[in-house]
Amino acid sequence: MDINTLRIITTVASFIMFIGILVWVWRNRNTSDFKDAANLPFKDD
Amino acid sequence: MQDLNIEANTYNDSVVRQFSIMAVVWGVVGMLVGVIIAAQLVWPELNLGLPWTSFGRLRPLHTNAVIFAFGGSTLFATSYYVVQRTCQVKLFCGKLAAFTFWGWQLVILAAAISLPLGYTQAKEYAELEWPIDILIAVVWVSYAIVFFGTIAKRKVKHIYVANWFFGAFILTVALLHIVNSASSPASFMKSYSAYAGVQDAMVQWWYGHNAVGFFLTAGFLGIMYYFVPKQAGRPVYSYSLSIVHFWALIFTYMWAGPHHLHYTALPDWTQSLGMAFSLILLAPSWGGMINGMMTMSGAWHKLRTDPILRFMIVSLSFYGMSTFEGPMMAIKTVNSLSHYTDWTVGHVHSGALGWVGLVSMGALYYMVPRLFGQKQMHSMKAIEMHFWLATVGIVLYISSLWISGVMEGLMWRAINTDGTLTYTFVESVKAKHPYYMIRLLGGLLYLSGMLIMLWNVLKTATSGKAAIANIPAVTAHA
Repeated sequence: MDINTLRIITTVASFIMFIGILVWVWRNRNTSDFKDAANLPFKDD
Repeated sequence: MQDLNIEANTYNDSVVRQFSIMAVVWGVVGMLVGVIIAAQLVWPELNLGLPWTSFGRLRPLHTNAVIFAFGGSTLFATSYYVVQRTCQVKLFCGKLAAFTFWGWQLVILAAAISLPLGYTQAKEYAELEWPIDILIAVVWVSYAIVFFGTIAKRKVKHIYVANWFFGAFILTVALLHIVNSASSPASFMKSYSAYAGVQDAMVQWWYGHNAVGFFLTAGFLGIMYYFVPKQAGRPVYSYSLSIVHFWALIFTYMWAGPHHLHYTALPDWTQSLGMAFSLILLAPSWGGMINGMMTMSGAWHKLRTDPILRFMIVSLSFYGMSTFEGPMMAIKTVNSLSHYTDWTVGHVHSGALGWVGLVSMGALYYMVPRLFGQKQMHSMKAIEMHFWLATVGIVLYISSLWISGVMEGLMWRAINTDGTLTYTFVESVKAKHPYYMIRLLGGLLYLSGMLIMLWNVLKTATSGKAAIANIPAVTAHA
């Protein structure tokens, strides 16, 4: 395979992954998981 | 046996204490060298006519000392402090952690000796010669083992966002350092780069800009995501935004390096690509800044009484300003004016003194009393004074260099109607003289604030004693 095809695939895959992360975060924005995570620094008080 | 048990239920803070104290000491040293070379630019005779004290050798000493000695020690200290507390376990492999401290101090010492002696690879922010590079690589891999080892044995389910930033910083710096420092040694303390020509330049600025992006940004964002919520007493404004912030930064920063090579032999498309990604970077940078700032919403009144919080929030304002200025300067047409002028130096210092410096100081003021079993720093008044000296110092520094930079850029490109240059180079140098005095004054103010901090930290440390922090009883869920 041409090295440039590989480069294009990597770039496009990265972009799709980033969009995937955005969608995942948006769907989970109000879950208790994120809330618990945000409160982690206060666990040792 | 009982003793062993108690030992196992406490955090390893001795390495944090060591790095915290040395961060302040190296801060004073690095900033002092900065003030000396700023004075040399005003009065060139201050190089004393000696090779060891000449500007070309002291300048890399300054940058290495403030970035890797002050900034590096701060990052080691804060990351070790944060990863233990957000994973609720003791640091993985205490002996290796101790090695990272002594190894890193040895690197700094080797830099402080070899740079004035003139040993250099002549790569910006990667000047140190190959034997020191190998030591850095060994220390850094040990750092990664300690940090990720601690994450691996964590007692909470989630990996807090600050650790993601610290982790990205550690991994990326290892990659950058090893690739960019690849060279063939010619003799002890002399080597030649593994790359040639424009490839060498591109590898160097891929390294250089990601050193800014990961050493001076991702690492310090890790600090921001733990210490701002702690000092403000409320969780981060939006955890979802912090995740988007992280991944957007990771996917974008790697591409921005070519903006250091506008209008050079680098292919034009590469320059445009670097410019485009530098512009995109504005979004994650400001997303992060807004996330930090908005953590204060409902608690803004605390800024009036809490100078430590003020360090952190003003630091975020400088982060916002310099990450707006940076993308703007990466635009080719703007860059044709700004490149090679003092504007660049002013921009770097708005990020370094404003963002990196102030957030480090805020985090250290938070940690030091807790590490030495004190309620607060020896003198809160001194923190207040440090804050104002530092802030006024930064403003004088960056505004004077902004003016002198734009001025010299305009002077260099000015042409007469017959096409000849309006100004000689030396005329632009002469015109900058008054602004160099103001810059020196700004640097002096910033350094004096740091000296007050050193006094305050030593007073706090000597009047307290090493505190032993217990790991809280584990809550299985979360």
